[in-house]
Amino acid sequence: MTTTAVPPTTRKDWASDQEVRWCPGCGDYSILAALQMLLPDLGVRRENTVFLSGIGCAARFPYYMSTYGLHSIHGRAPAIATGLATTRPDLDVWVVTGDGDALSIGGNHLIHALRRNVRMTILMFNNQIYGLTKGQYSPTSEVAKVTKSTPFGSLDTPFNPVSLALGAEASFVARTHDMDRQHMQGVFRRAHEHDGAAFVEVYQNCNVFNDGAFEKITGREHRESMLIPLVHGQPIRFGPEGTWGVVQQPDGRLEIVEASTVGDAALLVHDESREDPGLAFALSRLSRGPYEPTPIGVFRAVPRAEYGAEMSRQIAVAQERRGLGDLKTLLRSGATWSVE
Amino acid sequence: MTTTEEPRHHAEPQQVDRVVIRIAGDSGDGMQLTGDRFTETSALFGNDLATFPDFPAEIRAPAGTLAGVSAFQVQISDHDILTPGDAPNVLVAMNPAALRANIGVMENGATLLVNVDAFDERSLHKAGYEDNPLTDNSLSAFTVFEVPMTSLTQEVCKEAGVKPRDAERSKNFFALGLLSWLYNRPVEPTIEWIGTKFAERPLVSEANTRAFRAGYHFGETVELFEATYEVRPAHFDPGEYTQVTGNQALAWGLIAAARLAGLPLFLGSYPITPASDILHELSRRKEFGVRTFQAEDEIAGVGSALGAAFGGSLGVTTTSGPGLDLKSEAIGLAINLELSLLVVDIQRGGPSTGLPTKAEQADLLHAMYGRHGEAPLPIVAAKTPAHCFEAAIEAARLAITYRTPVILLSDGYLANGAEPWRLPDVDALPRIDPAFATEPNHTSADGTAEFWPYLRDEVTLARPWAPPGVPGLEHRIGGLEKADGSGNVSYDTVNHERMVHLRNDKIAGIAASIPPVDVDDEDGAELLVLAWGSTYGAVAAGVRRVRARGQRVAHAHLVHLNPFPRDLGDVLRRYSKVLVPEMNLGQLSRLVRSEYLVDARSLNKVQGVPFRAAEIEAAILSHLGGAE
Repeated sequence: MTTTAVPPTTRKDWASDQEVRWCPGCGDYSILAALQMLLPDLGVRRENTVFLSGIGCAARFPYYMSTYGLHSIHGRAPAIATGLATTRPDLDVWVVTGDGDALSIGGNHLIHALRRNVRMTILMFNNQIYGLTKGQYSPTSEVAKVTKSTPFGSLDTPFNPVSLALGAEASFVARTHDMDRQHMQGVFRRAHEHDGAAFVEVYQNCNVFNDGAFEKITGREHRESMLIPLVHGQPIRFGPEGTWGVVQQPDGRLEIVEASTVGDAALLVHDESREDPGLAFALSRLSRGPYEPTPIGVFRAVPRAEYGAEMSRQIAVAQERRGLGDLKTLLRSGATWSVE
Repeated sequence: MTTTEEPRHHAEPQQVDRVVIRIAGDSGDGMQLTGDRFTETSALFGNDLATFPDFPAEIRAPAGTLAGVSAFQVQISDHDILTPGDAPNVLVAMNPAALRANIGVMENGATLLVNVDAFDERSLHKAGYEDNPLTDNSLSAFTVFEVPMTSLTQEVCKEAGVKPRDAERSKNFFALGLLSWLYNRPVEPTIEWIGTKFAERPLVSEANTRAFRAGYHFGETVELFEATYEVRPAHFDPGEYTQVTGNQALAWGLIAAARLAGLPLFLGSYPITPASDILHELSRRKEFGVRTFQAEDEIAGVGSALGAAFGGSLGVTTTSGPGLDLKSEAIGLAINLELSLLVVDIQRGGPSTGLPTKAEQADLLHAMYGRHGEAPLPIVAAKTPAHCFEAAIEAARLAITYRTPVILLSDGYLANGAEPWRLPDVDALPRIDPAFATEPNHTSADGTAEFWPYLRDEVTLARPWAPPGVPGLEHRIGGLEKADGSGNVSYDTVNHERMVHLRNDKIAGIAASIPPVDVDDEDGAELLVLAWGSTYGAVAAGVRRVRARGQRVAHAHLVHLNPFPRDLGDVLRRYSKVLVPEMNLGQLSRLVRSEYLVDARSLNKVQGVPFRAAEIEAAILSHLGGAE
């Protein structure tokens, strides 16, 4: 490993020579651009950066990065990343996934990577639809969604990805959206800095199979009144000139109120570092879907022992106590006898 | 603890060249532990031996029922033996169910040591006996010794202040003491072992020691037995020996392989019988830098191993049948990524959950073909418990050298069976060169140095392995078809066909690096017995028996199942008859028939237990008889 200063890079240095093949107008382009523009600012090296993915439109992401990359199989990227991240603590491991990949076929791997707190930055592009298989409903699609596989409307209750991640003991959970580069970059940066598993839900528009799914909240004209920015240490308020705010009722419920009617002191102050994830969970339930005011930003960021580091620590302790393993001694660890 | 000198036997023991002992009781009775102790004492004494733990899948099936019977069989011998024995000479039965479950395999005239305390009406009923077999004359073909093991154990523990209910649990040590007397085993190693093992539970230690001594003294003082027996030390080649089970040897082989390659070892695994002991063993060995990861499922087990391999570790996953099913997709990915990966399958009875604690060899065709697309990979099979060490190193060598997943086949019989092992000289084991890529390997049209992840070695056809961290070698790989050379995604149909051939040729080409078939043929036989895996002991013993009758027969045992050794076709064609014994419905026989167009005949057994030497002998004789 080199210890010299990281050479400066530009966005171009992080783009591979492969032609980007998402549909024209896809939200993935703006996420790719946001990240490629951010990476030069993170003080990281291309050769120590790995993008891993499963299957789906989002999973093509690694091919477009000039880093090390692995496009794997459906849903398994967090498991593969666990093997890589725990054996190579010197690497920056990014997992790019979608709502189908992460929450349907890969749900099990996602929740376990989160609870273990393996150092990886998981970006989940949520477009509430299956794109690569051409338009079936996904585990985040709203109930009664009419798609090719549900001509009479879908019956499944959707997952709320932020609630799910919080329930899975995630130590870092955030949400952003593809229409705001600056917000994305801020959240990605925070996620990257987190020592452990960081989960970021990115609302992403699929203009072919689910166009406008988030338009009511992320559209330029709606954003101010429909997105609730979470800022650590600040009262939670939104709307033109902060008209609206979030308060916690005596029974524990969170409610959106007109800020002036309760006064600033009554507003809930966002604390992403609370050990108890209860309030973060309540915030994640504030909106029933992307048509009601929806919090974005960092819901939760708490320090917790990182899995790979703990694994290395156990090895270091064992080696200190017993010395470096010796093969000859190992083979003689049971009873032995000699034959002359 | 005092270690008084044991009194000498009254009469000189009778010499026997070998004995097969089966110890059976409830799965909570400590039968495996009793068997292990007897085995280790015998190993230290210098006998050759082979063991066969035979236990139910349930941890504690209802006590006293046939389903709950756990047995341990060991053959000890003064000469080189190959199997745990066909028909036991001695059965220790701790209760009626243990007697009933095992009486069928006993040879006529065998000795039965029966815990008579357990033969009450209720226990007899639970075991399905209508009459007491000890009194109804149904055991007249055997020599039965009724020993009140439970009550004598309780009696001797009472003085030490152990309650009868607790003392009852030490009755397996009484049985061990009795066996130790009967077969002239030294007592000190066991007494020392009890002292160490139960050091933190002095009362348990005391109870076990007392029970063990009581059993030993019982044999000596009660003139029940006419003689004791002695199995003298066997002749072994000079060297240092230890006793290993297959899973232990396999785990050590993985550590050794990683050392030889200079790579960190990573095991991603999900607990499954009978493979879990490899995970247990490796997780204890952190001083070797071994990273063990108990994954959320079988898929994450193999996935994490593949991720570690991408990062430059020796990535290993261990499993058994149902787990192999689940890993298939990731193994296919590893074939496409052309990354080194070791998949260890400890075969058990299938399909589905099947017989978790019983052995079978029915995963060969799955290992060979169980993936979609043209997806070849090398297959290595261990043949004895100790051979698992060598087999693990060989499997790792192929995985690392050829950048491919390798399936290493063992089975439940090898995994839990033990045998003496002459320790290899670890300094003499050949190194494995991972040969990581260090610099760009291609120049683009405009003269820029590039790294092409799929530019192959001309001899091995292996692609370069470039773990992240090296500037200039950044590359992307994935499950989509890749362009020959550059490794970029390619949907070109002609390129796909070329890649299918390249992957196939790479695996087939491994034949150049594996030794020719080792044929045991002393004198130009007409019949070749071709086998693989854990049937080794039974087949070799069966072949010896046939030769002892003055007949000729050859034996070849395959370690490499894919690709086959390059001379296998020539070897097969030298014999007019080929017999393939397998614990399946004929999987290797199918492979050699299709590959070489030889009329290989199948001998099958799928009872969850190994072949007996006698069964192999009978089959060989029948084929030699010329009836076919």
